[in-house]
Amino acid sequence: MERIWEQLPRFFTAGNMGLLADAALHTLSMTFVGCLAGFVFAFVLVFLRQTPGMWAAPLRMVCILYVEVFRRIPFLVVIYLVLFFIQAVTTDASLFTIAVVAICIYAIAYTAEIVRGGIESVPLTQVEAARAMNFSRLQTLVMVVLPQAMPVIIPPAIAFAVSFIKDTALVSQIGVFELTFRGKELNNKGFSGILVFGTIAMSYFIISFPLSMLGQYLEKRLATPRGERRLRKIWIP
Amino acid sequence: MPHLAVNDVCAKYGSLEVLHGIGFEVDRGEVVSLVGPSGSGKSTVLRALVGLTPVTSGHVEVDGKKIDYGSSQAVKAARDRMAIVFQQYNLFQNMNVMRNVTLAPIKIKGRPKAQVEAKAIELLDLVGLSEKRDAYPDQLSGGQQQRVAIARALALEPEILLLDEVTSALDPELVNEVLDTIRRLAREGMTMILVSHEMSFVREVSSKVIFMDDGKVVESGPPAEIFDTPKSERARDFFGKILRH
Ligand SMILES: Nc1ncnc2c1ncn2[C@@H]1O[C@H](COP(=O)(O)OP(=O)(O)O)[C@@H](O)[C@H]1O
Ligand SMILES: [Mg+2]
Repeated sequence: MERIWEQLPRFFTAGNMGLLADAALHTLSMTFVGCLAGFVFAFVLVFLRQTPGMWAAPLRMVCILYVEVFRRIPFLVVIYLVLFFIQAVTTDASLFTIAVVAICIYAIAYTAEIVRGGIESVPLTQVEAARAMNFSRLQTLVMVVLPQAMPVIIPPAIAFAVSFIKDTALVSQIGVFELTFRGKELNNKGFSGILVFGTIAMSYFIISFPLSMLGQYLEKRLATPRGERRLRKIWIP
Repeated sequence: MPHLAVNDVCAKYGSLEVLHGIGFEVDRGEVVSLVGPSGSGKSTVLRALVGLTPVTSGHVEVDGKKIDYGSSQAVKAARDRMAIVFQQYNLFQNMNVMRNVTLAPIKIKGRPKAQVEAKAIELLDLVGLSEKRDAYPDQLSGGQQQRVAIARALALEPEILLLDEVTSALDPELVNEVLDTIRRLAREGMTMILVSHEMSFVREVSSKVIFMDDGKVVESGPPAEIFDTPKSERARDFFGKILRH
């Protein structure tokens, strides 16, 4: 304990804090890019997965396989797989890029299931009404299904993002300068582990708490019948 | 030449065949009603006509021109000429009344917005709901939603309107407002295929009644003939049951 007190002034220097802030930014931006890409591509994946017709059977299989496989592999293994795959092809890719790719691959698989759940919560009769009026499959999805699915999709998608912030710590294993990595570095410099990782823990909390508050807020608002209408105004101008 | 001719049509849900060779004809401006026990395939006939349930054999002709339900172009053309109104209205829950009515004519048919909106207001007037144009479906009663659904179908300017038990999800006091709308359309010469359990209404508006059972047409003819002197045992049975109570 005395050691911690004694280290405090040396630990909370502008330099160290700048380092941590930069690391937090890395963590945050990886999560953001990963979840955003996850969200967008999840829709593409779900749309492809629902392609009707015999000829599309292999396509549907690939989509299902992707989701089932990547949801069953530990994230750390995905990271190493991506690392070695990319390094086999090119030596130019930065570790950060590799981490982001791994994060996207993983986030897409998880978000796809959330998106699919939301889309399947919209009654088939809504789709039939649109199809009978000659809406294409894409038009039906965009104009009719998604606005009704969004209130179902958004809360768990945010919950996923919140928990995913923590999971990104694993990319420190390949040496990306995010929060956990910097923590290990400072610890190795001789700072108390309690002090360092206590601060790191606080940083994760500070990043994820507002997001989970937002999630709860949206969940409450969207739970009302008119919620999706409000949402529609936000999402589809 | 009949406006619509349905010839020996079979339709399947997955591997289950539910229409085993249906045939009937509809003339321009005529109201034809499909009646029969629940599960006899009435809804499926209407769904097959707009390509929601696959037609596996037989054919449908509009104005003597064959529709090939295997080709998506032909299904599109069929949907262009026929509009369906469902038992459960199926209004788009995420859109207000006006948008429900105008969306397809504007986005799908590419008609000018101003013209479509003027027409929509006319139609909402016709169904007596012009003051509800900004309401959302969940703010309307069942009867009101069903009338909006009818206006939405009419906004597509279909040649044939398909109505599937449009009053059976409604409270009794709301039935009449919807029937009035249909009466009015019949008077104006709208070609309609009507599935209904409101036998007195069917008798009043239809020029032909088709009695179906188990995915087949059992008999058809003018309403008086079908209701009062049914030839088949099954029709006698059915009308006996529903007209008695
Ligand atoms: N989506 C569906 N999937 C499988 N079978 C269905 C489906 N819809 C209807 N059926 C079956 O098709 C038959 C005819 O149904 P339907 O056309 O709805 O009859 P009706 O409208 O005369 O009550 C029934 O036996 C019903 O169980
Ligand atoms: Mg039915």
